[in-house]
Amino acid sequence: MTELTNLTVAGIRDGFRNGDFTAREVAEGFIGQVEGARALNAFIIETPDHAIAAAEAADRGRAVGEFGALSGVPMGIKDLFCTEGYQTTAASHILEGFVPTYESTVTAKLFGAGAGMLGKLNMDQFAMGSSNETSAFGNVISPWRRNNGDGAALAPGGSSGGSSAAIAARLCPAATGTDTGGSIRQPAAFTGISGIKPTYGRCSRWGIVAFASSLDQAGPMARDVRDCAILLEVMTGFDPRDSTSLDLPVPNWQAALSGDLKGKRIGIPKEYRVDGMPPEIEALWQQGIAWMKDAGAEIVDVSLPHTKYALPAYYIIAPAEASSNLARYDGVRYGQRELPDGAGLQDMYAATRAAGFGDEVKRRIMIGTYVLSAGYYDAYYTQAQKVRALIARDFEQAWTKCDMLLTPTAPSAAFGLGEKQADPIAMYLNDVFTVPASLAGLPAMSVPAGLDSQGLPLGLQIIGKPLDEQGVLDAGLAIEERAGFTARAGKWW
Amino acid sequence: MSVDSATVRKIASLARIAVSDAEAEALAPELSKILGLVEQLSEVDTTGIAPLAAVVPNHLRLRDDVVTDGDIRDKILKNAPQAEHGFFAVPKVIE
Repeated sequence: MTELTNLTVAGIRDGFRNGDFTAREVAEGFIGQVEGARALNAFIIETPDHAIAAAEAADRGRAVGEFGALSGVPMGIKDLFCTEGYQTTAASHILEGFVPTYESTVTAKLFGAGAGMLGKLNMDQFAMGSSNETSAFGNVISPWRRNNGDGAALAPGGSSGGSSAAIAARLCPAATGTDTGGSIRQPAAFTGISGIKPTYGRCSRWGIVAFASSLDQAGPMARDVRDCAILLEVMTGFDPRDSTSLDLPVPNWQAALSGDLKGKRIGIPKEYRVDGMPPEIEALWQQGIAWMKDAGAEIVDVSLPHTKYALPAYYIIAPAEASSNLARYDGVRYGQRELPDGAGLQDMYAATRAAGFGDEVKRRIMIGTYVLSAGYYDAYYTQAQKVRALIARDFEQAWTKCDMLLTPTAPSAAFGLGEKQADPIAMYLNDVFTVPASLAGLPAMSVPAGLDSQGLPLGLQIIGKPLDEQGVLDAGLAIEERAGFTARAGKWW
Repeated sequence: MSVDSATVRKIASLARIAVSDAEAEALAPELSKILGLVEQLSEVDTTGIAPLAAVVPNHLRLRDDVVTDGDIRDKILKNAPQAEHGFFAVPKVIE
């Protein structure tokens, strides 16, 4: 059964169709892996009943020749997606016990295509974090360890840290993630897996717990580029229930996938070299450039002059939107309520939110409240939106010279749990290379490209033009084919 | 811009988050640090630049003015911390 859990999504799908194994065997194999890896704390709840029911339905379908695009494939679902009948918490105490009476559009599409759910994956609370240390349900531990034998517990990245850890540890072949400022790409890079954030509007946000609505975008995380393409085709598509959903057909990315980059121009943005970036990251970037050339692409130097302002703009816009979105958690309609003796309604709101939200969530709500408050709105929020326009314009100008951009995904490999917790700013800097594409709504993906001297995975990021997921996936495949990344975390759990 | 603990208490009150005096003291330097980071934006010349609120050109759609769901009172109340007689129940608001 261990062998089945080493298969990719494509491998499971095809093997199941060919009759090499049953969907139930696959589901049971992964359920065993999940149960044996509780030391990683990747799941908030396990849902083996869902995975088994989907597998039995797939097996019944196969008997009469009916297959969905993901028949027989069990997945992990980030706990930001509302799942009907299964607790959904956004890893926050304030939503503990919340059992949605409806299904998010993205999970409905996945389950409708035959996928089953192994469990709800741990994450940073309300997707606010880069290390999975803000969860109310405890840290996720990366399956990876440094090769120096120190045994230190490492961060799986965040906010989709349960997703990245579970895939890297072979607890599930794929998972959903969401990306607001890098929450799919950075954890993918930290754990040696692939993940793509599509163009803003491709995936419906309906039923996904909101963080910053103008940035939030779902996407798949998996072990390779092809699997990401397979999942993306199922997850995307127009949804009238999301006012920002793109009313466009879903391309057949999987069928068109090609690592041949002849005729493509790859831009190298000079601003993506930051102080204190380890030489190994720079070396990996150079290696990536060589791989792009080998795949037939032309390399061009480009400039994105407002890159350094992306993080400051993000840390106004995202908290501002969060402070508005999270106003709904008031102890009235769902989630936890804190009602001190004799408290009135206003006291109940304040006590509920004080008890229910974690420290990082409170920090961001307060920053958002401050930048939107009377007298500061224009200086902070309006200025940030103007800078956002300039950042988007930088990309538009780059597209006159190139088709895609190649950058490192993160400025470092995975760090130890607790190492950056004392300083929120040091933590925020992790997203320095991923935030600009989020602000501009562009498709971007991280693919594993090598190991650093400590034996930890490093990722390269491809950023594409709006709606050019195909270009991003193709360039990702070109890297994957040349990197030959087969390293995996040694089992210690 | 640095914020003091009185400002923190005011922001917390606007955000409906109860904070103790000790928490407000601890939050003041943290929030000041974050505001220090975002204040870099003031050096960017944005003359004549329109604020970007939506990255995809957003043509809000209109749908037919018809009932599309309803009759789901029990579903809506299912997760309420306190529901009574088909309503959300809250502490008394009128003295």
